[in-house]
Formats: sequence, structure tokens, C-alpha cells
Amino acid sequence: MIRIENVSKTFKSKDNTVEALKNITLDIAKGDIYGIIGMSGAGKSTLVRCLNFLERPTEGTVYVEGKDLSAMTGKELRQMRTKVAMIFQHFNLLMQRTVLDNICFPMEIVGVKKSEARKKAREYLEIVDLTEKENAYPAQLSGGQKQRVAIARALAMDPKILLCDEATSALDPTTTKSILSLLKEINLKYGITIVIITHSMDVVQEICTKVAIVDAGVLAESGTVEEVFATPKSKAARKLVFQGEQKVPLMKSKRCIRIVFTENSSFEPVIANMVLECKASVNILLADTKDIGGIARGQMILQLPEDEQTAEKMIAYLKERNLTVEELKDYVEQ
Amino acid sequence: MWNSNEISMLLEACVTSVYMTLASTLMAYVIGLPVGILLVVCAPGGLKPKPILHKIFDVIVNITRSIPFLILMILATPLARAITGKSYGANATIISLTLAAAPFIARLVESSLLEVDKGVIEAAQSMGAGTWNIVLKVLLGEARVSLIVGLTIALGTVLGYTAMSGAIGGGGLGDVAIRYGYNRWNTKILLETVVLLVILMQLIQMAGTKLSRKLDRRLTD
Repeated sequence: MIRIENVSKTFKSKDNTVEALKNITLDIAKGDIYGIIGMSGAGKSTLVRCLNFLERPTEGTVYVEGKDLSAMTGKELRQMRTKVAMIFQHFNLLMQRTVLDNICFPMEIVGVKKSEARKKAREYLEIVDLTEKENAYPAQLSGGQKQRVAIARALAMDPKILLCDEATSALDPTTTKSILSLLKEINLKYGITIVIITHSMDVVQEICTKVAIVDAGVLAESGTVEEVFATPKSKAARKLVFQGEQKVPLMKSKRCIRIVFTENSSFEPVIANMVLECKASVNILLADTKDIGGIARGQMILQLPEDEQTAEKMIAYLKERNLTVEELKDYVEQ
Repeated sequence: MWNSNEISMLLEACVTSVYMTLASTLMAYVIGLPVGILLVVCAPGGLKPKPILHKIFDVIVNITRSIPFLILMILATPLARAITGKSYGANATIISLTLAAAPFIARLVESSLLEVDKGVIEAAQSMGAGTWNIVLKVLLGEARVSLIVGLTIALGTVLGYTAMSGAIGGGGLGDVAIRYGYNRWNTKILLETVVLLVILMQLIQMAGTKLSRKLDRRLTD
């Protein structure tokens, strides 16, 4: 669907050059919900703008549905863009137009008749569940509602690809969840390939099928979300997976493990059973698990008891329960 | 206190002033609006960067703006005579008023359009909108309140210019003030023209403020 090939982007100004992207190659398949994650300033927003050539790569090129964007004329690019919708962190709605007229806007551009555009716009408004707001102005809406309008506007283009540039970063956790589930629904229902730019691992875990980690303009790692989350290889990936937690001071025992939940039932009290079985306590340093359709997902970092034998027993117990167990060196300062 | 001659003269001058103001502002927008759009669209980093064209218009606007209005009026006399057949009076003055106001209006339009959120422009680009669509629907549409505020400022400024033009043979209230008030030492008429100008300015400002408020959808109440 989208192939990013050796893309580099350098911004030059009078006194300095910034290499925003360095030689990135990535394949995004049809129907994917592809997360591109990185710390702020990593170049991910530049990368997403290369996908519809709002930013032209300095080197390399991008193929959308097999077509080389760098070979397109201005007109062809605009035509391509009508099939690649985009939503933004700050929604970017027309403030002087009603919700309905905002949704009509992309249809106006391609010359759809006004009456037909309005009819279609109402359908899309229904999909995003905002029918009663059609005559409201963006200033009267909440952030989540604005993003819903932006999504309806994107759908009005009847796109094949939807690019989301930090689409939930300005929203609270509950609203984020509802927007993400709407995106998921759109992906399933209309088969639209979605590319999500985010700095939050939670967002990726929540809906993405695949993930690429961008760090300082370089593609650090990519793969399925499970893979990257269970065994993050690059430093950038580890940092994101551990959510930048700092080393925890003042802990005595030095042995820590990280366990990853991927297939256990949410209703199996694994850790508590282990403690009962081994008759020794553990210290939970980090726990980030959630119930996704009855399956426990997420990770925990445990500090094991000082006694070697008990610690080994615990690790064996966890492995037996089909959890990924990984020893962490230096997670705890002495 | 007032005789009917004086009243009718003042009223007529009032009408002439309003006519000159409206006609020259309108004509100045015919020139200034496209130039203002060009200054935004062709600017480096604009929708269609054309640095040389932008520089040329930028310099022309700056030069014409820096010529004091009275001198510009004198310089424009041959042009006014060529177009209207006369070098004095309301119609002739409109030509020079237009020339004086156009570059000022180009700057007002430019600054209004520059206020439009870059993100919204980017969103339109991401939908495949061309330059023309972005100018018409995004720039002018989103900046409309600011454009109305600019129009109000332009009308006020041009009204001031019409009064000034009285000094060298323009028509309207300025003309009356100079010929009757100043040259004949008639302080009463002088003050009356001032009061009328103040009232006109107030009306323009009130109408402009009201219209821009009415058109602004960013206000939630």
C-alpha cells in the first residue's frame, strides 16, 4: 500500500542543517493500523508528511499503491492526496464554517454537487455519532468532538489511507480511547489503511497491528506490536516500552525481572499465586497491564527476593505459566 | 444660528465625502486585494513561492506607501486629468485616493491572511486542494473577520484622506473646511465640518465592528 524507500529529509536554513530523517525504509500493508512512534523531535511528523508529499523527501521516494510520488506532477499529487486523508493533533477545522460545511469541504474541492455533498456529509456525521451538531461551529465543540468532525471530514474523501498525526495527543485518556476505537471501527468497516503517529506506547498497544520506532530521524526498529513490545531490541524501543521510567533508588535487592503478558487469561492471578507458592514477597516496580478481550496484556517489572533459590523458583514458575521473563540488569541502583 | 444655504452646503459636502470615501476604497480594494493575496501566496514559504515577484510587489507597495498623501495627489494629477478630464473636484480626487489607499490596503489584506492558521492550510493541502481553492475558501473564508476589520480601518483612513484632499482642490467636507473655514476665518464652519467628520468616522467604526462580530463564528456565545 505504502512503501517508503530510503527516505531522508534535511532542512537547511542559513546557519544550520537539520537531518530530520535518515534513510528510512518501511512497508505498510493494506489494512494495517501502523503505528509510528518516537519521542518528540524524532522526526515522525516529518515522516508522515512525506507519505503524502506535503514534505518532499530530500532523498529517496515514497510509493502509494505502487505509484512513485516523486515522479508525479503537481496535479497528480493533488489527485493522489484526495485519496489519502489526514487528521491532526489540533484538528485544523475551518473555524468559520459549520460542522456540516467542514465535512463538505473536501467534496467541494473535487467538485461534488452541493446537495449531494450535504447528504453524504450527514451520513459521515452519523458514523462519528455527532448528528445533533451539524449546525454547530467548531468553537462550540469539545476536543473529542472536533476530532470526530475531522474524522468525518477525512471519511468524506472516501480515502484508502488515513494518516493520523498525533491525533489523540491533545485529548484526555477517555476521549483518546473513544477516538481510537472509532479509528479501529473505520479500519475494519471500510478497510482503510491507517498510519498513526504518536509518542505514546499506550496508543500503539491499544489499536496498532504493526509499529515502527523512530529515534533521532532513524528507524530504530519495526515489526508487529507483540514482537516489539515483548522483546524490544533497540535502546529507543526499550525506552518507550519502559515509558522512560527512571531507575528506582533505595531498593536493596538487586535482581529484577521484566515479565510480559501476552496470552494469559485476565482472570488468572499469576503473581499472587506465585507469591503463595514460593512463600516470599516480591516488589512490583512497574505494572502496566490491561484486560483486552479477556486476555491479560502488558508488562510488569518485579524485584525478586535476595535468596537465589527462591528467585529461581519464581522465574521457573512464571515461565511455566507461559510468560516471557527477562532479567533486567541495573534496573535498580545499589 | 444656521441658514439654509450653510446647511445644504454642509450636507452636500457630507454626501460628497461619503461618495469619495466609498468609491475610492472600493477601487483601491480592486487593486489592493489581489496584491495583498499575491504578497501572501508568493512569499518565500507561501503556497506558491515566487521570491522575485514577491520582492517586486513588496518594494512597489513600500515606495507608494512612503510617499506622503498630499504629494502623491499632486503627482497623480496628470493621471486624474487623463481619466476624469479634470484635475480638481471629487472625481479627480478619487483617482489619487485610490492610488494612495491601494498599497495600504494590500498590507492590511496581507496581514489578515497571514493570521490564518497554518494547520488549516496544511489540512486543505492534504485534501488535494489547489492554490486557488485555498485562497478562496481557506484564506479569504477564515480571515473574513479580520478582513472586515481591515476594511473598517481602510474606510476611516480614506475618509481622513478625503478631508486632506480639500487642501488642493478635492471636494467634500475638507474642501468646505479649507475654503470657508480656513480661508475666510469662519471658525464655526470649520468646527462643524470637524463634527461631521467625527460622526462619519463613528458610523463607519460602529458598522464595521458590528458586522465583524456578526460574522465571527469563533465566538461561542
